[in-house]
Amino acid sequence: MKPGHGEVLITEGDIELAQDEERLLEEFRRQLDAGLWAAVPFHDDAGRRQAQMVRSFADVPRDADRVIFFPRAAGGR
Amino acid sequence: MLLALVATALVALALLSEELFPRVEELWSRHRARRRLAPPTPYDPGRERRAEQRARTLLRSCVNEEEWAMYRDLGFIRVWGSQSDGPVQAGGTGGAAYAYLLYPHRAIVAYLAQTHRLLSEYCVAFPDETRPYGSARLPDSDDVLAKWMALTGDERRLISTANMHLPGRQLDPTRVKRDLWRLSQWERARMRDAARSAASSPLDAAG
Repeated sequence: MKPGHGEVLITEGDIELAQDEERLLEEFRRQLDAGLWAAVPFHDDAGRRQAQMVRSFADVPRDADRVIFFPRAAGGR
Repeated sequence: MLLALVATALVALALLSEELFPRVEELWSRHRARRRLAPPTPYDPGRERRAEQRARTLLRSCVNEEEWAMYRDLGFIRVWGSQSDGPVQAGGTGGAAYAYLLYPHRAIVAYLAQTHRLLSEYCVAFPDETRPYGSARLPDSDDVLAKWMALTGDERRLISTANMHLPGRQLDPTRVKRDLWRLSQWERARMRDAARSAASSPLDAAG
């Protein structure tokens, strides 16, 4: 998510391919280094949708469709 | 006479040039710098509308069908709280069920599900720290989605980050109570529709 733009595709690839995985990992780190938060939407056992906040690439489930990066939360007024 | 005047003007110009040229050069470079600072692309009045459209699509693809319908029809999403004793710093709920209302670019409101008593407001923003000159806001639906992801993913973390206030600081409690009433009416209507379609399904199948 990008202020003023909405959703922007950063990169995509197949996690099972080493070259793609490396690119995804690199981009993941770059986004977190830029101060963004990352979340993975998923269905829980009851079928309800939730999000999982991920702090490292290893936390991303292997079968995740996407990781959404968004600006870090801060206390507002 | 004329020749003398022209010669005098030339001499005066030559003497002043040392003073004038740097100033002219500076003014010219300022003018060019101002032109460089101008946005490279012209203002696009449809950009924010398209951003909001993309954000709505993304929100819809992430949240539950009921939550999406709630946002579409009422303009906010309810998220159930998961802490056993209520939200952090809210004084405890004694185990009573509570929930949050998520409005775009407004405070998150926590309330008791049974009595609709408002517990607190949590002011939270998602500023883009990567932009050097401050930032435009997230589209409305992205702001709601960011709150939804952060709340369902790590409620405690988001609520600890937010600035907590008593109800009424940013959102009019009367309006919030009215929204809770609208929500209950909306849920009843959905249940009626669901019951009606469930009742008519066997007939449809038989007919």
